[in-house]
Amino acid sequence: MTVKEALYTYVVRIADDSLILGQRLAEWCGHGPILEEDIALTNISLDLIGQATNLFQYAVTLEDKGRTEDQLAFLRVDREYSNLLLVEQPNKDFGYTIARQFYFDAFRKLFFEALTNSEDTQLAAIAEKSLKETKYHLKHSSEWIIRLGDGTEESHQRIQEAVNFHWRFTHELFFQNEVDKTLIELGIGLDLATLFDDWKNYVSNVLQQATLELPSHSFKLEGGRTGMHSEHLGYLLAEMQYMQRAFPNLTW
Amino acid sequence: MVTTELIWKLLDQVADPEIPVLTIADLGIVRTVEIIDNKCIVTITPTYSGCPAMHQIEEEILKALSPTITTEVKSTLSPAWTTDWMSEKGKEKLREYGIAPPENEVDKSVLFAKPTVVPCPKCNSKNTRMVSQFGSTACKAHYQCNQCLEPFDYFKCLR
Repeated sequence: MTVKEALYTYVVRIADDSLILGQRLAEWCGHGPILEEDIALTNISLDLIGQATNLFQYAVTLEDKGRTEDQLAFLRVDREYSNLLLVEQPNKDFGYTIARQFYFDAFRKLFFEALTNSEDTQLAAIAEKSLKETKYHLKHSSEWIIRLGDGTEESHQRIQEAVNFHWRFTHELFFQNEVDKTLIELGIGLDLATLFDDWKNYVSNVLQQATLELPSHSFKLEGGRTGMHSEHLGYLLAEMQYMQRAFPNLTW
Repeated sequence: MVTTELIWKLLDQVADPEIPVLTIADLGIVRTVEIIDNKCIVTITPTYSGCPAMHQIEEEILKALSPTITTEVKSTLSPAWTTDWMSEKGKEKLREYGIAPPENEVDKSVLFAKPTVVPCPKCNSKNTRMVSQFGSTACKAHYQCNQCLEPFDYFKCLR
């Protein structure tokens, strides 16, 4: 694997996480539990899709095969997406959506913070830009974890269930393989293991404030990073890709 | 001979498509203007990654400058845009338009921190409350004045 190939894979991973989670959050448009949350979730979706655009634009220059960012976003098959299993999980209800977002935002903030020091200037620039937005996202999801956990008996029980459910996918946040190894040596990528303690401390701290239990089960699932997805991704892609598949090269 | 001063003057006529009282120069999204071999290169930076106005801003810049000089618009992400780059004149125009300009905000890592005091752009009362951290566009939060009851947008601080 050349450095360029590794970097392409690395950039597409980050982009896919943003794109798929952005698409999931966009499903809330018009369905939010209250108007303010409808707006909040779709605002966050817009930030994520904007990040994905920047990253895909960079990825196509690395790939250098004449593809566009839209082709990467809309014309790959499920096995070619490298997003985390966590981000493709269905919205289910507001609690599940917030729990998924919370684990992801807590990771993303630490990830982008560290990535601003990347030797790759474009990656560092995208991280710097995205970090400012991610801080807002993390504040939003953390405060909702606390409000729901420390809320009514019903909200407490339901957010605990959602926190427990998504826990199995958090292991994959720290997935690494030879792609990472290649880039860590060059100071381009990060050793994700170095983020784990800070991530766990932050998550534990917020859950404690929320009067919630940190899940203790060790059941874990992974596969998204290598293209092995849950069936949920297929349905998501079918909806997201519909326009480009039905009307190739359609533009606004 | 076209100078960069003239270009900046022309750019000061280009309105932001979302908030037309502000020019793109007020917002601080024009980073550099260069003239190389009778060609003008304008470098802009997005406010938010997903800001849908960026394409339109690019077109508006071309429209404003093309009659004067061949122009190319480039985009850069670093240094990342911050509301600290908004001009004082821009902040005043925002307030007159009914949008509260960015205030010096507390650290976002503090959860449930007392929301920043944002004076009402209508009656100037400091007795206002945050309705939602997220508003009608990525750059705004939603507030309401407890004094005159006016709901208003707050251009949130981004750092």
